[in-house]
Amino acid sequence: MFDAPTPLVRVRDLKMHFPIYSGLFRKRTGEVKAVDGVSFDVFEGETLGLVGESGCGKSTCGRAVLRLYDITEGEITIDGAEIGTKDQSDLRSMRPVMQMVFQDPQASLNPRMTVEAIIREPLDEHTTLSAAEKREKVLELMDAVGLNRAFAGRYPHAFSGGQRQRIGIARALALNPKFIVCDEPIAALDVSIQAQVVNLLEDLQEQFGLTYLFISHDLSMVRHIADRVAVMYLGKIVEIAPSDVLYTAPKHPYTQALLSAVPEPDPSADARGERIVLQGDVPSPSNPPKGCNFCTRCPKVMDICKEVEPASVELAPGHVTACHLYQN
Amino acid sequence: MPDTVKPILSVEGLQTVFNTRKGEIHAVNHVDFDLRAGELLGVVGESGSGKSVTMMSLLKLLPMPPAEVRNGRAMFDGRDLLQLSDDDLRTVRGGEIGFVFQDPMTSLNPVFTVGFQIMEPLRTHMGLSKRDAKKRAQELLELVGIPDAARRLDDYPHQFSGGMRQRVMIAIALACDPKVLIADEPTTALDVTIQAQILELMKDLRDRLGMAVIWITHDLGVIAGIADRVMVMYGGQIVEHAPVKELFRNPQHPYTKALLKTVPSLSGERAKRLTVIEGQPPILSSAPCACSFRDRCPQAMPRCGTENPARYGIGNGHDAACFLVEPEVAHV
Repeated sequence: MFDAPTPLVRVRDLKMHFPIYSGLFRKRTGEVKAVDGVSFDVFEGETLGLVGESGCGKSTCGRAVLRLYDITEGEITIDGAEIGTKDQSDLRSMRPVMQMVFQDPQASLNPRMTVEAIIREPLDEHTTLSAAEKREKVLELMDAVGLNRAFAGRYPHAFSGGQRQRIGIARALALNPKFIVCDEPIAALDVSIQAQVVNLLEDLQEQFGLTYLFISHDLSMVRHIADRVAVMYLGKIVEIAPSDVLYTAPKHPYTQALLSAVPEPDPSADARGERIVLQGDVPSPSNPPKGCNFCTRCPKVMDICKEVEPASVELAPGHVTACHLYQN
Repeated sequence: MPDTVKPILSVEGLQTVFNTRKGEIHAVNHVDFDLRAGELLGVVGESGSGKSVTMMSLLKLLPMPPAEVRNGRAMFDGRDLLQLSDDDLRTVRGGEIGFVFQDPMTSLNPVFTVGFQIMEPLRTHMGLSKRDAKKRAQELLELVGIPDAARRLDDYPHQFSGGMRQRVMIAIALACDPKVLIADEPTTALDVTIQAQILELMKDLRDRLGMAVIWITHDLGVIAGIADRVMVMYGGQIVEHAPVKELFRNPQHPYTKALLKTVPSLSGERAKRLTVIEGQPPILSSAPCACSFRDRCPQAMPRCGTENPARYGIGNGHDAACFLVEPEVAHV
């Protein structure tokens, strides 16, 4: 993998805080810090995996990067254009470059539109193709994602989960995007179907030179598909590293615990190290702990962790972690 | 575990059918299995393979109609569960057999306190007084590792996180010291770090209380870590059954083999491409008269389309429903 000198996607100090209103007068009483200062780059043609437990802000992060939200703070540059502060109406012209594949193929397809209409909709919005050209393009896309052309007139309910996810992928591809955010694209699918969809995503990446931000909680699948992986905990990236490095030599205690918690399909227990079982639950993002976000569950917690937030340190080229164990 | 141990639960020829407007769905087809005291039996399969319906049929937890348990016997403690009257079955459910449901978010009643819901089976099945039940409920919450148990009894489910709600579900299922605990995907809705907590808890409880556990899941990793024996289900049938190490080391059924290969691993060489099982799971609109995996099987033979293979034993407590391991063929 060659790292291009300028990243396709550059995110700096992205914050997405959702206000909490309460009381009779709906006064603003606090905020959920779903994404709280996240920085990363995605280079052209690569897949960046974004992993973490539910509620850690990884989906919010993916949506915020595409400006599906009005972000609280931060810079987002995609394909040379700064989009962090643009109006939603100005963003429309950028949309063809950046697309999204959603988690739930059941909920993200309109049940009253045919497959053809679903895949054609982005073309209607953003291109001036004739009806015949659009139809040809839709059928080409259906070929590309492995859907039978004969099914173009059917409705989403007539398809299985894996096929529905293929429809969602075809729709995302319709405008020849450069960057696609895949938000848990396989979480709702059966094991044997997951592999089909992941292989399809990889084939399409090669064919169209796509760049992915692949959000998932499935660590072994991310290891398979991603070139680099970022680990999120409570709104922050705690570690980011090339995939091979992260899985063989994780540095942050949270990454270590997360990896050790994944059950390996191998019953000979000696094959794996001691499992680190974290105590307790993830704290609420509306009231994160003082100091390091992970200090309430960290097995290696020190006094400083409860006071000072650790800065990100580059341990090796491309391997960054935010933990007091590695300061200096 | 030697085969001579008398099984605590013995299921034979279980067949469950759903009568729908579009015809019958044969969800469970002639399922046989034994469960021995103190063992942890894993049941793996994809959605729609019949693993949950099998277990729910045993306790008549399915809505009937449309469901119908058409055939079979389920001997538990000298009685056939499938023949019991509703009143008798009530003493078994939640009493001698505990059930942990998949989704901790929807399985608890939001308008009752957690304490009330744990005390309910204690008062109904064991006839405890309110005070005793409360004491026992507190012990149970402590047993499943919820801190500050005495105070948490008065909390409502929404005040608990997902992992803690699943612990409450387990506490309810354990309330009456069941001989058998059926856990239907108890960790699927949870994060891996919380799942690890629940797995450790279950292993610990099984060792301490000596109950038998049936653990339903689609996650082969979970099975590898927790089960003694494994049944693999596909198309409403058991296609392979073996002790856990044997199954992972020496899978025989093409479905099991493919399933083990589709799951990427956290360690070892990274595969260029994932192995896929082509095609879709079968639609179970008729009773099986052919192998249900034949359309997706790389080793399908003409015979697979006309006959449904029986489960052929291959030693070491291992059997598979596939003509490839049929004794006569294997010797040719």
